[in-house]
Amino acid sequence: MLPFDFDYYKPASLQEALDLYQYLNQQGKKPMFISGGTELITLGRINLIYTEAVIDLKEIAESQVMQFSGEHLVLGSSVTLTKLDEGNLFPLLSKTAREIADHTARIKITLGGNICAQIFYREAVLPFLLSDSQVVTVRPEGTKVVPINEIFQEQLRLSPGEFLVQIVTEKRFTEAPFFTFKRRQQWDTGYPLITIAALKIDNEIRVALSGLCPFPFRSQQVEAALNNKGMSEAERVEHALASLPRPILEDVEGSANYRLFVLRNLLLDVLESLDKA
Amino acid sequence: MKPQTIVLHINDEDQNVTVRAADTLLFTLRGKLGLTGAKPGCLNGDCGACTVNIDGWPMKSCLMLAVEAVGKKVTTIEGLKESPIQRAFVENFAFQCGYCTPGFIMNCHSLIEQHPHADDKTIKEWLESNICRCTGYTEIERTIKSVMKEK
Repeated sequence: MLPFDFDYYKPASLQEALDLYQYLNQQGKKPMFISGGTELITLGRINLIYTEAVIDLKEIAESQVMQFSGEHLVLGSSVTLTKLDEGNLFPLLSKTAREIADHTARIKITLGGNICAQIFYREAVLPFLLSDSQVVTVRPEGTKVVPINEIFQEQLRLSPGEFLVQIVTEKRFTEAPFFTFKRRQQWDTGYPLITIAALKIDNEIRVALSGLCPFPFRSQQVEAALNNKGMSEAERVEHALASLPRPILEDVEGSANYRLFVLRNLLLDVLESLDKA
Repeated sequence: MKPQTIVLHINDEDQNVTVRAADTLLFTLRGKLGLTGAKPGCLNGDCGACTVNIDGWPMKSCLMLAVEAVGKKVTTIEGLKESPIQRAFVENFAFQCGYCTPGFIMNCHSLIEQHPHADDKTIKEWLESNICRCTGYTEIERTIKSVMKEK
C-alpha cells in the first residue's frame, strides 16, 4: 500500500500517452510513466517517489514488440524480462536479464522499466551499450531515434514527457560471442555486487559494467586497455582498472577496494573467455 | 483521487471492489475481499509470501496494484481446490510454521502448469523467488518433483 494517492491511466496508444502527460503536467500532477510499475511500489512505499498521476504504458502495442525485422532486432520497452528470456532472441541480453531480481519479479519487471529505473543497477542496459543499439522514444515533437551511447549518460536522458518505446539492435551483435556474469557478495541470491557484460565484435572486446559506480557504463578507455595486444593479460587488466570512471561504490554490499578486487578477476575471466573466441 | 469501483476476476468469480489506485493487489485481496491466504511479508517483492497467480503465471501481489489486475484472471490459494501440489505439501511435510506455504504453493502450481517437465535448473530458478525462514527447501523440492513425476 502506498502512502499517497494518484490517478491511474492506461493509454492504448502513443499519442494518448503523450496527450495525457501534457494534460496532467499542466494540472500540476507530476505525472509519472510506468510499465511494470514495481519501482513505483517499492520506492513509493518508503516515500522515495511521489506522483499524483500514473501513466501505465504496458498496453501500448508498439511497446510490446519482440521480433527480428530484417537485419535488426526490435524490442519493445514493455516486454517483460521473463518474455525476453523465454524468447531468447538476444542471448547476451537474456542471460544478463535473468540475473535481475528473481523469477517471479521478472514476470512483472519490463525492459524499459529496468533501464529507466532509479535503482542504480539497471543491468538490462548493458547489452545495448555494447551493441551500439538505437533507442526509439516519443515526445510531443514526434518520434526520435538516437544511438544509446549518446542518450544514455549514466541514465537515459529523456526530456519531460518523453518516453522510451523500443530499442533496435543490429542482428550481428545478437550472434556475437559474449560473456556475462553477476558477482554477488553472498551465494547466488544476495544483492548484486558487480555485473559485467562483454562481447567480441570485429575482433575487439567490449565491456560494460553495473554495480561498480553509481551508474551502469561502457568505457572506451577500459576497452582500449583490454584490447592492447602488446601487453600481457595482467597488464591489460591493470591499465583497464586505472581507466575506470569515478566514484567506485563503497556501501554495505562491498567496499570500493573489494569491488576493484572482484572486478580485476572478472576482467581476467572476460579475457580468458573472449580473447580467443 | 476518490476511490473507484473496479471488477476483479478472482478464483473464477467477478468481484466488485472499491479501491484507491494506490492500493496493492495484496492489500485489496486481504483487506477488502477477505482472501487472507496471500501473506504479507516484506511488502517489497523480496520474500514471495504474497504470491498469487495472474493469467497462469506467479505474481507477487505486493508488487502489483489492484487496478493493474483488471481484465486478468487472478487465482489465489483459496482458488486451488485439492490440487495435487497442495496434497503433496501435506504428504511430504513440506512446511513447518506454514507462513510461506501459500506463496510457495502458488509458485509451484504455476511452474507445474507452465513447465510440467522442468529440470532442476528451472525448478531452482523459479523457486528462488520464495523464502522459507524454517528452511524447508529440501522437502519443498521433493514435493514439487513428486507431483511432476505423477504427471
